[in-house]
Amino acid sequence: MINGFNKTGHSPLSQGLGGLMLGAALIAAPLAAQSANPALEAARSSGQVGEQTDGYLGFPGAASAETRRLADDINIKRRTIYVQKAQTNHVTVEEYAISTACQLILKTKLGEKYQAPDGSWKTRTAEAPLRDNRCPPAP
Amino acid sequence: MISHELTLRARFVTSLLMQVRQSGKRRPMARRVTAVAILLGGAVALSGCVSVNAPDKPIVIELNINIKQEVIYRLAADAANTIEDNPDVF
Repeated sequence: MINGFNKTGHSPLSQGLGGLMLGAALIAAPLAAQSANPALEAARSSGQVGEQTDGYLGFPGAASAETRRLADDINIKRRTIYVQKAQTNHVTVEEYAISTACQLILKTKLGEKYQAPDGSWKTRTAEAPLRDNRCPPAP
Repeated sequence: MISHELTLRARFVTSLLMQVRQSGKRRPMARRVTAVAILLGGAVALSGCVSVNAPDKPIVIELNINIKQEVIYRLAADAANTIEDNPDVF
């Protein structure tokens, strides 16, 4: 598991990133206190990755190879978590992933990208995000 | 005179009786004919107007939607915990 960046920025994830991405990640890191993955936060806040309706990260626009590798890496880890949690809750992996997507889309911050139920990419505004009508209402 | 009167009477009586009986017989016949005609007409009209076509697409009842919604609602708390517990991927 990745425990985020250490002080010198030598996490396994960061080794594959270019200087530009690393710089962006380090700048964005203080703004994103919630996630322990600055590279993910940077890609999110810049709109390079967005939350899909199926519980995985997607690309709203053209994404660099580095961004794709980052998202693929995270999506594989997410899938592992979904599989484990689906087993303990006796539901399908898809059901657990969709349920998580409901929450993830709700948690997106201003300016971040998310996928609407029709498949189109939206930018999060102050208003409630457009979510699948099976999602539980926001608390 | 008597015979004439009798014949007249007889004619009168018979014709009247026959008229009554004939008319009495005719009415049900006429009714039957009209009833049959109405029925036939109705049947023709019905067969001409009402047409039932079998749907060309199979009838599908989406039971998955409700089941999934129930599951997604139930998993909401668990999913929220999962997101909190794995901040490096969420």
